[in-house]
Amino acid sequence: MTELPLIGEAIAVAAEPRLAGAKIGVVTFPGTLDDRDAARAVRLAGGTAVPLWHADTTLGDVDAVVIPGGFSYGDYLRAGAIARFAPLMSKIIDAANSDAKLPVLGICNGFQILTESHLLPGSMIKNDHLKFMCRDQVLRVENSNTAWTLDYEAGQEITVPLKNQDGQYIADEKILDALEAEGRVVFRYVGFNPNGSRRDIAGISNAAGNVVGLMPHPEHAVEVGFGPESLDGIGGSDTDGLGFFTSVLNKIVGGNK
Amino acid sequence: MTEINSVVEPVETSSKKFNIDTVENAAKTPDTDLPWAELGLKQNEFDEVVKVLGRRPTGAELAMYSVMWSEHCSYKSSKNHLRQFGDKVTDEMKKDMLVGIGENAGVTNLGDGWAVTFKIESHNSPSFVEPYQGAATGIGGIVRDIISMGARPMAVMDPLRFGAIDHPDTARVMHGAVAGIGGYGNSLGLPNIGGEMVFDAVYQGNPLVNALAVGVMRHEDIRLANASGKGNKVVLFGARTGGDGIGGASVLASESFDDTKPSKRPAVQVGDPFAEKVLIECCLELFKGSLVEGIQDLGAAGISCATSELASNGDGGMEVELTSVLLRDPTLTPGEILMSESQERMMAVVTPENIAAFETVMDKWAVEYSWLGEVTDTGRLIITWDGVVIVDVDPRTVAHDGPVYDRPYARPSWQDSVQADSFTGSVQDAGRPSAPAELAAAVTQLVASPNMCSKAWITNQYDRYVGGNTALAFPDDAGVVRVDEETGLGVALATDANGRYTYLDPYHGAQLALAEAYRNVATSGAVPMAVSDCLNFGSPEDPDVMWQLAEAIRGLSDACMVLGIPVTGGNVSLYNQTGATPIHPSPVVAVLGKLDDVARRTPSGWREDGQAIYLLGTTAAELDGSEWANMRGHLGGLPPKVDLAAERELGEILINASRDGMVDSAHDLSEGGLAAALVESSLRYGVGARIALQDVLDRDGVDLFTALFSESQGRAIVGVPRSEEVRFKDMCTARGFAHTRIGVVDAASGNLEINGVDTMSLDALREAHEATLPKYFG
Repeated sequence: MTELPLIGEAIAVAAEPRLAGAKIGVVTFPGTLDDRDAARAVRLAGGTAVPLWHADTTLGDVDAVVIPGGFSYGDYLRAGAIARFAPLMSKIIDAANSDAKLPVLGICNGFQILTESHLLPGSMIKNDHLKFMCRDQVLRVENSNTAWTLDYEAGQEITVPLKNQDGQYIADEKILDALEAEGRVVFRYVGFNPNGSRRDIAGISNAAGNVVGLMPHPEHAVEVGFGPESLDGIGGSDTDGLGFFTSVLNKIVGGNK
Repeated sequence: MTEINSVVEPVETSSKKFNIDTVENAAKTPDTDLPWAELGLKQNEFDEVVKVLGRRPTGAELAMYSVMWSEHCSYKSSKNHLRQFGDKVTDEMKKDMLVGIGENAGVTNLGDGWAVTFKIESHNSPSFVEPYQGAATGIGGIVRDIISMGARPMAVMDPLRFGAIDHPDTARVMHGAVAGIGGYGNSLGLPNIGGEMVFDAVYQGNPLVNALAVGVMRHEDIRLANASGKGNKVVLFGARTGGDGIGGASVLASESFDDTKPSKRPAVQVGDPFAEKVLIECCLELFKGSLVEGIQDLGAAGISCATSELASNGDGGMEVELTSVLLRDPTLTPGEILMSESQERMMAVVTPENIAAFETVMDKWAVEYSWLGEVTDTGRLIITWDGVVIVDVDPRTVAHDGPVYDRPYARPSWQDSVQADSFTGSVQDAGRPSAPAELAAAVTQLVASPNMCSKAWITNQYDRYVGGNTALAFPDDAGVVRVDEETGLGVALATDANGRYTYLDPYHGAQLALAEAYRNVATSGAVPMAVSDCLNFGSPEDPDVMWQLAEAIRGLSDACMVLGIPVTGGNVSLYNQTGATPIHPSPVVAVLGKLDDVARRTPSGWREDGQAIYLLGTTAAELDGSEWANMRGHLGGLPPKVDLAAERELGEILINASRDGMVDSAHDLSEGGLAAALVESSLRYGVGARIALQDVLDRDGVDLFTALFSESQGRAIVGVPRSEEVRFKDMCTARGFAHTRIGVVDAASGNLEINGVDTMSLDALREAHEATLPKYFG
């Protein structure tokens, strides 16, 4: 276990003391960028963030794992293609597929890593407009029964930042039909499809609902003053993304709706 | 993860391949012809090298001196003038300065044990030759400067100046530079929190791509670039050294026997943002463990610069074995290795006791390193090649005692006629809008113009969220990032320059750039603390340009004294000209400010229905050099008047108002005047306003057009909650600062209504504002 080099070492006061015992691992690969943000999101939701290093060979006693955004190993090959072979990833794959069904959330590069790891179907290719895009994105929560969406209502619209270059979700029609039929399309882009993703898909889950991946960044919408409403002010709130983290924490301690 | 990041075995290098010009050989062969002219040295400079050494230089020494004595590294044309930044300093300016000019970047005390370092630099010429890599490595270089101080980089900003928006080459440079800044910066995990964008034909062959980075550290973590402690080890780590950025050193290829070596040497360095990101984290881990005594990034002049600066700033001696340098290209000659500007490299000084711990950190991050030598107390920088001495110099003569020129300068003969050519009454001023429909069309045209339009096309390609500490970013007046998550302590940054103002009057133009950056920082609620400047000018060998440079520096340093904030670092970029035509003198000024709690920062737009809108400051008929005149194709006259005392007063009002919750929005008035500010404040949150300017017109004796488009300085518009209006007015009155209630926020209408101007819908304004860049750049 390695310590994240967090400047200031600031630890937010747990909003929900009863959740503080729940431990969520945050994975850092060389080139990971949003690990501090993900750890902060866990803390702001009331849980305890545990830094995990790509070369670790054990998950320790974490109750869930977040694979944050960034450019793992530089992603000079296809995004996530190398990270998939990290020692820690084989542990995550095993734990996600085990009977215990470890909750795993892949955000942006994390989503790309989950598809490369075949924990989730399909793949991401370059945005249809070929540019990096950073914007606030409205999403519709299509499935509120996954480990990471229990605290949302089905059909609820949330605003979280989106920022990527390779965010266009693709899969063959059969897989897309199956995802739709099984309720595994968890998030859909609303109003504007920012990258050409098939069927406006922003995020999906595995069949059991413990593994969720999405391109937008809920961890950037967890704190008043630093989210979409404050920075861009064109709708939504600053904290629409917090529900991801409270969902899994509540599930871990057995307190969801 | 060794399977993935397996360390490649170093390629064997050997002196056998080269006909090495040793110090011994140089002493014996004084008459050998050396390519000093091809390396850019002048006869007098070469003679000086010979005098300093007491013999002719070796090829490797010649490489070092030529690159370290270049304009870029030695500031030989500007040094005499730049001294003013160090000389014109009051006690007030010194009180928070922890590290001043001369180090990689200045350091300012933020309180609570925190320190902040920031710096702005140019990467102009590479960004014209190869826009993507030029702009990308500009970010890389400035970020390494920040790391070198011991700081964690927190954010970046990019002031950009391109040629005419409709020139066919502008899209090449614009697309490349923006993609490069995004591609590199987005991969480092540093939010891009602002910058500038200007289109002007004067930058067609000389675009300006400047890059700013800011970082923070605890006081005890401040690191300086010096090599102290005899016996301490010198290590080079990060990327391998390759043939990129060698430029002129290729003339030294004659020292090679091998004519099969790669012949194509890119003049522009190529960046690897992943290597830089890893280097950041790895350096921070080194700092945390106090594992390095001194550290220096490798930028311009590569190993030449790093060794000579580290040695001359320390105990004065260093011995380095050059064959220990890990190479990307094994055919590089010693001179090329010394000059290579390969990116993502750092040099550090480590005590023998810390070697093992240092290597553990390197291995964790899979960063390559090689031990090159050690610190000595001989006062000499000695570089060997397979044990044979090829460089034996006093490092100070390389790093600090380069030539200094008093370039002749004189007020250009054309300056008077330019200043006499006022916009008012000119041919271009014909048909000045006055009817309500004309004024509405003029406002819409203004906010859609290339320099005033929305920059979202650019900034949406940059990550402004990463790190979770961004409290304000584009399109607000200043970028704000939180430093301390417990207290909310943070910093605000703004960069500004106006090449047209500075062309009309370099002394006051530079002051106007400083005043605007200062105002922008204060507008966000932050207390301005320090300045960094990037002085982009033409050729110093042209007395006209040299006068512009001298005047700009004099103006800036004088203004810093009045505003009470010191210049802590920066960069000079000269020779920005095409043929005999220089760019507009473009001193880009960055101001850094402090916020005790970023939660109190003031955004640039209003939101609450019914809030009062106040205009602070007075308006005169100042249209010369304005965006309006620029849109009409006119450049002449005198720029707006500078009143630094008023700027300071306005700053204090804005800061106090923010701290005490008296304003909910504040936006400075600058290019585009009140018209641009009203539109921008309305579009920020999509909330309109009803404005009546009659009181301003009566008080200041100007017409409605002038009130809207004049660029008089020392002004801002603020949104004041009803409950705070009395207190706010009392404060302005007590300070004797002009303030006028010009309207109210109108959340329901969806319009910007200005008495005497046809109603403008926010939808139409937004459409006009945002369509311009996509129209030209897709």
